Amino acid sequence: MPGSYVPPGVDYLRFLPEIILTAFGLVIMMLEPLTAPARKFRLGILALVGIAAAFATDCWAYFDLGPAFHNMIVVDGYATFFRALVLVVGFLCILPSFSYLDREGAQSGEYYALILFSLVGQCVLATASNLIMVFIGLEISSIATYVLAGYLRTDRRNNEASMKYFLLGSFATAFLLYGIAWIYGLTGSTDLQEIRVVLEQSTHSGLVTGLAAALIFVGFAFKVSVAPFQIWAPDVYQGAPAPVTAFMSAGPKAAAFAVFFRVFLTSFQPMEGSWIPLIWGCALATMIIGNVAALVQTNVKRLLGYSSIAHAGYVLIALTADSRIGTAAAMFYLASYALMNIGAFIVISHIAARNERYVRIDDLAGLARREPATAALLAIFVFSLIGVPLTGGFFGKFYVFQAALNSHLIWLTVLGLINSAIGAYYYLKIVVAMYMHEPGPAVLQIERPAAGLNLAIWASAIGTLFLGIFPSPLISFVSASASALH
Amino acid sequence: MNLLATTAAIPILGFFIVLCLPRESKAPFIAAFTASLAAFFVSLALIPSVLSKGADFSSVVDASWIDNPSLGIHFHLGVDGINLWLILLTTFLLPIAIWAARSMIRERQKTFYALLLLFEFGIICVFSALDLFLFYVFWEVALVPMYLMVGSWGGPRRGPAALKFFVYTMLGSVLMLASILYLHSLTGTFDYPDLIRGLSSGRLALTGPQQTLLFLGFFAAFAIKVPIFPLHTWFPETYFQAPMPATLLLAALMSKMGAYGLLRYSLTLFPNAARNATSWIAVLAIIGILYGALLAFIQPNIKRLIAYSSFSHLGFIVLGIFTLTQQGEDGAVYQMIAHGISISALFLLAGYLEQRRGSLEIADFGGVASPAPGLATAFMIATLASIGLPTLCNFIGEFLILQGAALANFPWAGWAAGGVILSAVYMLWMYQRTFWLPKTAQTEKLPDLTRRDWAPLVPMILLMVWLGSYTQSFMPPISSATSRLLQENKASQEYKVRLFQPGVVQVAEVAHAR
Repeated sequence: MPGSYVPPGVDYLRFLPEIILTAFGLVIMMLEPLTAPARKFRLGILALVGIAAAFATDCWAYFDLGPAFHNMIVVDGYATFFRALVLVVGFLCILPSFSYLDREGAQSGEYYALILFSLVGQCVLATASNLIMVFIGLEISSIATYVLAGYLRTDRRNNEASMKYFLLGSFATAFLLYGIAWIYGLTGSTDLQEIRVVLEQSTHSGLVTGLAAALIFVGFAFKVSVAPFQIWAPDVYQGAPAPVTAFMSAGPKAAAFAVFFRVFLTSFQPMEGSWIPLIWGCALATMIIGNVAALVQTNVKRLLGYSSIAHAGYVLIALTADSRIGTAAAMFYLASYALMNIGAFIVISHIAARNERYVRIDDLAGLARREPATAALLAIFVFSLIGVPLTGGFFGKFYVFQAALNSHLIWLTVLGLINSAIGAYYYLKIVVAMYMHEPGPAVLQIERPAAGLNLAIWASAIGTLFLGIFPSPLISFVSASASALH
Repeated sequence: MNLLATTAAIPILGFFIVLCLPRESKAPFIAAFTASLAAFFVSLALIPSVLSKGADFSSVVDASWIDNPSLGIHFHLGVDGINLWLILLTTFLLPIAIWAARSMIRERQKTFYALLLLFEFGIICVFSALDLFLFYVFWEVALVPMYLMVGSWGGPRRGPAALKFFVYTMLGSVLMLASILYLHSLTGTFDYPDLIRGLSSGRLALTGPQQTLLFLGFFAAFAIKVPIFPLHTWFPETYFQAPMPATLLLAALMSKMGAYGLLRYSLTLFPNAARNATSWIAVLAIIGILYGALLAFIQPNIKRLIAYSSFSHLGFIVLGIFTLTQQGEDGAVYQMIAHGISISALFLLAGYLEQRRGSLEIADFGGVASPAPGLATAFMIATLASIGLPTLCNFIGEFLILQGAALANFPWAGWAAGGVILSAVYMLWMYQRTFWLPKTAQTEKLPDLTRRDWAPLVPMILLMVWLGSYTQSFMPPISSATSRLLQENKASQEYKVRLFQPGVVQVAEVAHAR
């Protein structure tokens, strides 16, 4: 490798968001024992500042795109988008955590530091252009998330969620690592572009490379909860603390999808013929399993867990389309999904009360009478999850299905749309409970929403509506940056 | 300021204003009612602009909404002779619904008014949209407030009814969305006039199977919304459970969304598929007419009976559309308006009865005519209008539809006429049992209509008579628009001849009719 081993300054700029997040995380960990319990929330504010700074540098880096650290990472429009997305997710999930942790008596700096570390991993995933970085990013993100899922140590459900997530997650990571090893053995490289070049001229039998790709697919499919690797998701989503569930369902998922798309659309592009039918089937199975299982749920968190599986299926449709517009649609979809899903989970965390006692659908009964504004906002999130026009969720779906039709996936489109109509059935149960029933004990005990929580819900709702009514700016951004992969 | 845009903007502005007003006061009612009246008066001004434009779209709004090379969605609205009267019907009925809601809705009135205005906004945009994406967006937007009205203010089994209503109609509309997307991937545009120009000039051409698929996708959405037999199973519970002002709008306006879609989009975008489908759709429509009438016979409840009679009469509209004759189309549009007014008058009067008696079971009534002669008279007029008495509104529409059906295929007219006869029988029988039979202790002191109750009825009755006796005020713009529509339907008809060569049979297209 020619030249100096000391990377030029611009490389650090391209990696600055990760550096800032790590620094803030470490500072919070150091301050944690020095802070009085009543002031621990200040560490959370510090974390917010860190995220905002990382976001600003992410935008700054956008004006100087390119690879860094000898192609270990690459900052392109696609990476910038996903880094920004996960940072927004982190920000929105910290806001309601203040009141949540106070209520559970678990206010501490570790929580915020863990979120920052998880974000570091997700940012690395978004920028990774080398399988080694993919693995490192995935591990950083996952390990922090495993701990977050079991954050309330004394809660049995938290422990179960964390343990399940950790065991199954490690298993999936092993698959991924094994796949990376095979790919390295076959192509002599871990660089995504080089792998593509080698595979294009490859004389290896398709079976062996196919197996290697399949191993990597298993790893990613687990992280984004795609059938048949989705079994962990409902249990973990139900068990983890509600703000953490909001975080898990949006941030790590978006980052994992980012790298999923990047690896399959660059490195494995030459063998697209063999994986597209597989993804086709997985997309359909994921939608059906998610939607059908959600029909019978009575626990809202579990219901949203299954719904998040279904939504992963819609994103996979965009991957199946295997086109620039497909990638752009997935980016749009993940952004709108993050906003509406976080919004919904935050409202649930607000109603759940101490120890998350009230998380059944029936517990939402009569919310519209007691807190019309909160109920109206949750209704917006729910209608967006259904895919009713003028919300981001609708436009995301519309864009995904348009991409699918442009790639002549007529049946997948029709089946996907029918699935989304089935989805309406269980989402509406939430609206029915809120608007059509008399207030129950859960709603009668409800406290006024804390300022941070309110801010997060309103911001998510405004974002959801904005994406539905004025999607043009984001569309032009995503369709320009999607070209990074094509 | 564009008239159509103003008409659409007033209700949505009213929606936000009403939401901001205090709950426990008269202010929400006054604001909502004023907004809906303002929208009505503004929409009246659309008439001269349509008359002056002939068959073309007037008062067109065309602004880029989502501007992206792969999408190009426009906020494109326009009005011609077909949707003019539907928009006016909407703006006419909304003040009435708001007026009725004031006495018939007991709790959380403010939210109800707000939802009514949101519904009006959605419906006006559905009727005037000239961009398929926009059409779909408002098609769904209109559904949400209706769902909330049925689900929150309806009868005891409102929850399941509203859920069924939403999911059922959504299933249909996602198939339409699939068709819209497919059409876009084939033609590269969502713009309706653009599509029509392309199709009639031969620049765009859809193959037979493509047309059939697209037609069926649209048909699913429209048929569920109307509803057309056998996709009607959501409607009895929804109509029955909905609060009366919402039932009125469901029957009068929401069903017209489907009928309007069939007329505007199905006939012109997929002409060949539509022509091939006429026979089976006409049969379904006739089955609906007769089946709805027979079911109306056995209903023990006035609201259900009116609901089934509405279903039966909607069959005429569908039949008229698929006769593909000038008379049939004119009659269908005319009948949409007439049905909208007569059915909403019936539901409104049923609402008054329910307020007075606390029930709508026919068995609970009897002899209402003597304590409440005003109510009985108004109900009589609405009943007669509904069964198609000459000089009242439904007669014109049904007559034209039957004429069109007779021209297209005579047996259709024969069977459909059976529905007219049946409707007279069940409506009058219901009327007798309610108003004439001996009074009971409970009906003896039933109060008559107050002035406030009469207020919305008077304009409705006047319109019934006007529509039924002086067709010339309404028909010319309808005819010019429907004749253009029929032209567009026939424009892409292909005339084919067989060329015989030794050993080869070849089909070649020799001409396009323009």
